Amino acid sequence: MSRIGVVTFPGSLDDRDALRAIRRAGAQPVSIWHGDRDLGGVDALVLPGGFSYGDYLRCGAIASHSPVMTEVIAAAKRGLPILGICNGFQILVESHLLPGGLIRNDGGSFVCRDQKLRVENTKTSWTNAFSPGDEITIPLKNGEGGYIADAETLAQLEGEGRVVFRYLDVNPNGSMNDIAGITNELGNVVGLMPHPEHATEEGFGPDTKLAMRNGTDGLRFFSSVLNTLAVA
Amino acid sequence: MPVIVVEVMPKAELLDPAGKAVAGAIRRLGNTQFEAIRIGKRFELHFEGDPNTALEAARKLADSMLSNSVIEDVVDVRLDDSKAKVEA
Repeated sequence: MSRIGVVTFPGSLDDRDALRAIRRAGAQPVSIWHGDRDLGGVDALVLPGGFSYGDYLRCGAIASHSPVMTEVIAAAKRGLPILGICNGFQILVESHLLPGGLIRNDGGSFVCRDQKLRVENTKTSWTNAFSPGDEITIPLKNGEGGYIADAETLAQLEGEGRVVFRYLDVNPNGSMNDIAGITNELGNVVGLMPHPEHATEEGFGPDTKLAMRNGTDGLRFFSSVLNTLAVA
Repeated sequence: MPVIVVEVMPKAELLDPAGKAVAGAIRRLGNTQFEAIRIGKRFELHFEGDPNTALEAARKLADSMLSNSVIEDVVDVRLDDSKAKVEA
């Protein structure tokens, strides 16, 4: 059975939900501590959401200097599938594993909503179970989710198809080009602000047309990585 | 103890929602003279030993950790003599 790690930093909030989502997808979840110096031989890794170090300095900045991150950065370069969700995405950009930055929402306030997204790239380790153009709904909850990058980086991301998710209907935080999530050159590292791990179980996800809280679109992130690992 | 001051500002071309909110509040108080406000950060690094070594280390830290060059600029790294004199 594939083993997928979830790193807990001081102030992580969604590590438990990520571990649960991994189990529901049919893999074995493995807890990893930010002070660990190895990843325990996991096959893939999730950096979960939350407010590591209280968002002090910059969101994700202090966590990006954690002992475990030395190995995370090395593993990312070797091609280990890594998914950064929300604060995990912020940690990935602070670690320079993904380009650009995330700044305070343009509206100035924290936004919590069921967010519609379009899947733009289905070749990454975390999105191969989707079809191009799929529209999905998963929860979004952040205060600093505005994606920015300089014009050159933005053109490169768009040109290379590295925008993985785009906000639909509403751009909740002023992200450039409605960017909700991106990937690295290899396609093994994906970061996004919305939360797939909160949409993996009927009764506990976003509302759907069929029933309240019925949405499980997030499950396919995890079935994608299992596809990736099955092929590898 | 001597102090090195590091000042970091959000990049000029980026929206600074916090500064914008404060500017709005000041306008509502009736002051129309201040059209825009931008909010940055000031770090005070207390150190011991050689100021030149400390300054060099502070400059490196300012770039590698205290700021993120994607969204911020380091606008100043300086030895704060005023504080040293007060304490002396």
